[in-house]
Amino acid sequence: MSTSKVASMHDAVADVVRDGDTVAIEGFTHLIGFSAGHEIIRQRKRDLTLARMTPDLIYDQMIAAGCARKLIFSWLGNPGVGGLGAIRRRIEPATSAAGGAGGLLPRLEIEEYSHFGMVGRYTAGAANLPFYPLRSYFETDLPKANPLIREIESPYGDGKVYAVPPLKPDVSIIHAQRADAAGNTQVWGLLGCQKEAAFAAERVIVVVEELVDESVVRADPNRTIIPGLIVDAVVVEPFGAHPSYVQGTYDRDNRFYLDWDAITRDEEALQAWLGEWVYGLDGRAEYVEKLGPERIASLKPGSAPSGSVDYGEYR
Amino acid sequence: MTSPDAGAAAFSKSEMMIVAASRELAGQRVCFVGVGLPNIAVNLAQRTVAPEIELVYESGVFGAKPARLPLSIGDPTIVTGATSVTSMFELFSFYLQGGLIDVGFLGAAQIDRFGNINTTVIGEYADPTTRLPGSGGACEIAINARQVFVIMRQSKRSFVDTIDFRTSAGNLGGAEQSERIRREQGWIGRGPSVVVTDLGIWHFDDDGEMRLDSLHPGATLDDVRAATAWEIRVADRLAETPAPTAEELDLIRSELDPGGAYTR
Repeated sequence: MSTSKVASMHDAVADVVRDGDTVAIEGFTHLIGFSAGHEIIRQRKRDLTLARMTPDLIYDQMIAAGCARKLIFSWLGNPGVGGLGAIRRRIEPATSAAGGAGGLLPRLEIEEYSHFGMVGRYTAGAANLPFYPLRSYFETDLPKANPLIREIESPYGDGKVYAVPPLKPDVSIIHAQRADAAGNTQVWGLLGCQKEAAFAAERVIVVVEELVDESVVRADPNRTIIPGLIVDAVVVEPFGAHPSYVQGTYDRDNRFYLDWDAITRDEEALQAWLGEWVYGLDGRAEYVEKLGPERIASLKPGSAPSGSVDYGEYR
Repeated sequence: MTSPDAGAAAFSKSEMMIVAASRELAGQRVCFVGVGLPNIAVNLAQRTVAPEIELVYESGVFGAKPARLPLSIGDPTIVTGATSVTSMFELFSFYLQGGLIDVGFLGAAQIDRFGNINTTVIGEYADPTTRLPGSGGACEIAINARQVFVIMRQSKRSFVDTIDFRTSAGNLGGAEQSERIRREQGWIGRGPSVVVTDLGIWHFDDDGEMRLDSLHPGATLDDVRAATAWEIRVADRLAETPAPTAEELDLIRSELDPGGAYTR
């Protein structure tokens, strides 16, 4: 019997996330931890370094709310739709000068890689390696833009590769389909780099759609990507990844991604949105209620179950 | 009532571009699908000229069979029914850098005559006029896929003499340098081979420079010159791209992009 790590979102964020931390909320399009990000905004965490391969709407919202001083990333945008206005206003001088929070908040520091570079950074962080080598970056301008990307000679005399440094977040936050109370976490669908980000981190919060019994995890051990061993808190928050999606449970709410394109262009509209949907609510349950049952029902996918596998009994 | 195009359906420039790009994939086996326009072109190819093509998405999917047009390269429809779903570490390490990709299909904000690509910034990096999304997986696709196809709308702002930031390597300063660097660095990719725009289809000459090989119906050489910042090179026998067929247009309009997100 392991001790339960189940906590409320409020308590998990209050205990685990500290001002000045490097925080990674991963999830590649799939399983993006919006409910955790909103709680960080509500608790007015400050001076965070936010790491994420694809700063999505959630980082646009957190940066608009003034939580971050720095962003580490590899692709910046509203996937399939357009740009992220709050982030751009703090990177592009012409627009920051035009006013809004961009004019009030200091310039956002950025540290930029490619996708493989970010994956390599988490991998080196998780495996306690001094760097991760990759064939990318020769004859591109990225190493000039980011001096942490460095050329090294192969010790075996067969040429040069580029190295990226380990990334060890203070906190990684992983949204998942299910976990048991000890934090043994199972995911299916796109895996992104959640496993690497979790193993690389000092502290880990897992947010799940469903809390399951340990026997459910043990019946399908291949699906466990994060062991409870490295998990600090388990938060049960159905619909916590909305407007992103959870494979098999709900679809991406693309209407919201399209709506965000207009909201994020206008600093006042964005701050009003934060007031209504983040500060004005005390958590995800209220958010789900506010969305309404029709909107939620419209996102439910049809069924496509996998056949079961037989692990065999060995005594 | 007849027009010169009697019998042919009307189509937009974007539809022509997507159809022309999809046809370039005929006979290709494994394609790495980039963000944006490549997504719809490759999904059209899977339904027309390349039914056996394996679609690879950087989000960690090999052998996708999307039942709807994916809204992004991380859509749940690319997972259901796929051959394999992997971590992004495996996808980039084993499938891409490991050399299993025949064609990498990319979009671009700026391209130069040698097929080098910018998707990072317009203006200075530290003080950009416009901040673009950045590399994502593009700089990796550009060197590790055996060949690279590019699809993009062309204008003097996108077909430029000098790109503001080199995100992804094309033929660098020309074929000679590109071949040397690719050999020295052990890159599996041979570089860009096709660029499809809303005006025509470009391939690359032996010296690594882009050459216009085909004009889309309705486009003229003057249109292309007005939409290219360098003095263009044109094939001796310039072709006209065959217009989209009724089947291709129907697939785009009724199945892949009924809302017109890509084609308007």
